[in-house]
Amino acid sequence: MANILKNRELLLVAAIAVLLVLITWRFPAFVAPSNLARVYNDTSILIILALGQMAVILTRCIDLSMAANLALSGMMAAMLNAAYPGLPIPLIILAAVMLGTLLGMINGALVWKLDIPPIVVTLGTLTIYRGLIFLLSDGKWINAHQMSDAFKALPRDELAGFPVLSWLSLVMIGLVFLVMSRTALGRAFYAVGGNPHAAVYTGIDVGRTRFFAYCLSGALAGLSGYLWVSRYAVAYVDIALGFELDIIAACVIGGISIAGGIGTVAGAVLGALFLGVIKNALPVINISPFAQMAISGMVIIIAVAVNARAERRKGRVILRKAEAV
Amino acid sequence: MLQDTLTSRMKPAIALEGISKSFPGVKALSDVSLSLYPGSVTALVGENGAGKSTLVKILTGIYQPDEGTICVADKEVHFPTALAAARAGVTAIHQETVLFDELSVAENIFLGHAPRNRFGLIDWKKLNADARALLARAGADLDPTIRLRDLGIARKHLVAIARALSIDAQVVIMDEPTAALSHKEIHELYALVERLKAEGKAILFISHKFDEIFRIADRYTVFRDGTMVDEGLIADVSQDELVRLMVGRAVGSVYPKKDVAIGEPVLTVSGYRHPTEFEDINFELRRGEILGFYGLVGAGRSEFMQSLIGVTRPSAGAVRLDGEILVIRSPSEAIRAGIVYVPEERGRQGAIIGLPIFQNVTLPSLSRTSRSGFLKLANEFAIAREYTSRLDLRAASLDQDVGTLSGGNQQKVVIAKWLATRPKVIILDEPTKGIDIGSKAAVHAFMSELAAEGLSVIMVSSEIPEIMGMSDRVIVMREGRIAGRFERADLTAEKLVRAAAGIQEAA
Repeated sequence: MANILKNRELLLVAAIAVLLVLITWRFPAFVAPSNLARVYNDTSILIILALGQMAVILTRCIDLSMAANLALSGMMAAMLNAAYPGLPIPLIILAAVMLGTLLGMINGALVWKLDIPPIVVTLGTLTIYRGLIFLLSDGKWINAHQMSDAFKALPRDELAGFPVLSWLSLVMIGLVFLVMSRTALGRAFYAVGGNPHAAVYTGIDVGRTRFFAYCLSGALAGLSGYLWVSRYAVAYVDIALGFELDIIAACVIGGISIAGGIGTVAGAVLGALFLGVIKNALPVINISPFAQMAISGMVIIIAVAVNARAERRKGRVILRKAEAV
Repeated sequence: MLQDTLTSRMKPAIALEGISKSFPGVKALSDVSLSLYPGSVTALVGENGAGKSTLVKILTGIYQPDEGTICVADKEVHFPTALAAARAGVTAIHQETVLFDELSVAENIFLGHAPRNRFGLIDWKKLNADARALLARAGADLDPTIRLRDLGIARKHLVAIARALSIDAQVVIMDEPTAALSHKEIHELYALVERLKAEGKAILFISHKFDEIFRIADRYTVFRDGTMVDEGLIADVSQDELVRLMVGRAVGSVYPKKDVAIGEPVLTVSGYRHPTEFEDINFELRRGEILGFYGLVGAGRSEFMQSLIGVTRPSAGAVRLDGEILVIRSPSEAIRAGIVYVPEERGRQGAIIGLPIFQNVTLPSLSRTSRSGFLKLANEFAIAREYTSRLDLRAASLDQDVGTLSGGNQQKVVIAKWLATRPKVIILDEPTKGIDIGSKAAVHAFMSELAAEGLSVIMVSSEIPEIMGMSDRVIVMREGRIAGRFERADLTAEKLVRAAAGIQEAA
């Protein structure tokens, strides 16, 4: 039990399990495998975004512009499809990812070269990116009938019984896990956030590392842009408005330290799933949307409090016998 | 003599008797007594680690002594908090002042005891008028309404003094107040000390600079290894005697220095300079050599080393490594060339808390442990195991978070990290500062071994025994310049202290 309490990820798994038990008590059908798969699918985009946000937060930065990036990339993808219905869908996805990466590079470059606090940079670009959507679309909606069938179908197509959207999020989890645990860049994310001064002496360029973290979050936001627009079959200025807060909440619940340097891929995924379960379960057990918001907020504060306890300095190890433990 | 009889008849403003203070593993102060007299300046001298800072912290209520008594005006007092010490009239002015940059001068002076009007609100008129009067007493022509951030350090000292006057402090401790001041500002500070003396304050003046001690102090007290070794009147002592009292002990025997055949020059630094931090740095480092860099804190040693490895850029200068001209623009270039720097502040600049031990060790060597862009954990563990075992690291597992290790073992991880890059030159900045004696010995032994294996070592240290015990040659820096070069054979503690403090050779 003490070990479970020490391990953030296991703690979160336990919390999700408790949540599911409580929901089952009121609404047993919720835990049917088919419904759980649906909940996962519904949370897929949040998971992908949380992975990008995690990389940025690990380096002691934050990306408030992810939802705006998603909306801009999504709008661009929808307009491309509306204007050139024959364009292959993979090409459109590539374009969305590239635009998302470019927007992330702008964030990263501002943080790196101008040394502006990340929260200010991304607050600014958030507004700029939203504004660009308006300029690009003239404020008009791109509706389902303007999109090609292939464009809308891709996330829903099933592969071995699961939607492509779910599969894509699993692939992204795998890719980001590989980057975080098996590349020098992933290690640098942790080093830069854990101790920026020491990272400098170790030959790590702190600014460049942060730049790459923003590139990653931008690319994932771009991919999510296409997924969002095609899944909901609509694109307009305000899609995913305020969603950046859900992304950050998922990371925080998942034990990613806002102070940087601490966090895992599993944590980010579980944090997103936790939010996904709450969002999907509360309506079916008849809890009003306002109470839902209050409950989500409470969960975030509880998660932060639990993590803060875990991160609290353990004091110095002075006794030799304590050192060996 | 006349003055001595005067002070002996005078009652001390504050008297410490038999003060002892221990920290886990270290006795910082042992049975120390010290009296400060009204209208008199007492200079406190001693090497780094002699216990001066601990004494200041006890006087200002930050530490509580384990044994001993403190008497103010013949009454025994206790300072459980910094506030209690301030209420008893003891105040300290530190190297870098502890004031609030965004508040006005007057607010800084009266923070916590501002005059109130009859509604209980701050009486700004009176606040500013009183501040002006106090500043005048401190000899400062300052507008009390300007913000503190607009003042230089010397002016901030004046504000700190005015604050001391505002709480009617009788005892003023000045902890290396001139360390960060310019030449002109130092003279303004001397004038201020004279004024405080005239007001009858008892002053404790801590300094490494002998010229200023002999200029403004009336009495001296020498600390060595946590004990008070001598005290008396400045008029009765010479600079040479003070230096001898400070260092007087045999050193060298306990250091595991190996005799190594010194090879050809590896690193040559010529004409290194920086606009504000150092100039005229020229030296050669040879294979198998341990080159000590001694100096007072703030002499520019660390600043030079950081510029050498590309953290900052020098304005001029050339580096040759094995005869080849080398341009270093970033720490990663220095690491690739084979020059590594183990920084002084372990917490801030050394280990990355949150990463496990093995990942800390391999962080600068990741290109060597990866294949086609992906890291090989097995390789990483092998490297980490090799270097940590050579340093006798005590840890349950290399997977353990570095933050769970003791200071000494963290230092070993940091050194292992740099050795794993297979450097030609390793720069160790205060390698044993703040670590326990056992770990110290291990680090020293290892340093000797490295030199014996043909590595060239630069050791920056402010501890004379360590410098004398470990170095083949010593360069002393003072105020950003090289102030002396000594071979191991003719190294004495007196020579080092003289060079570092800028004392002329006695005629």
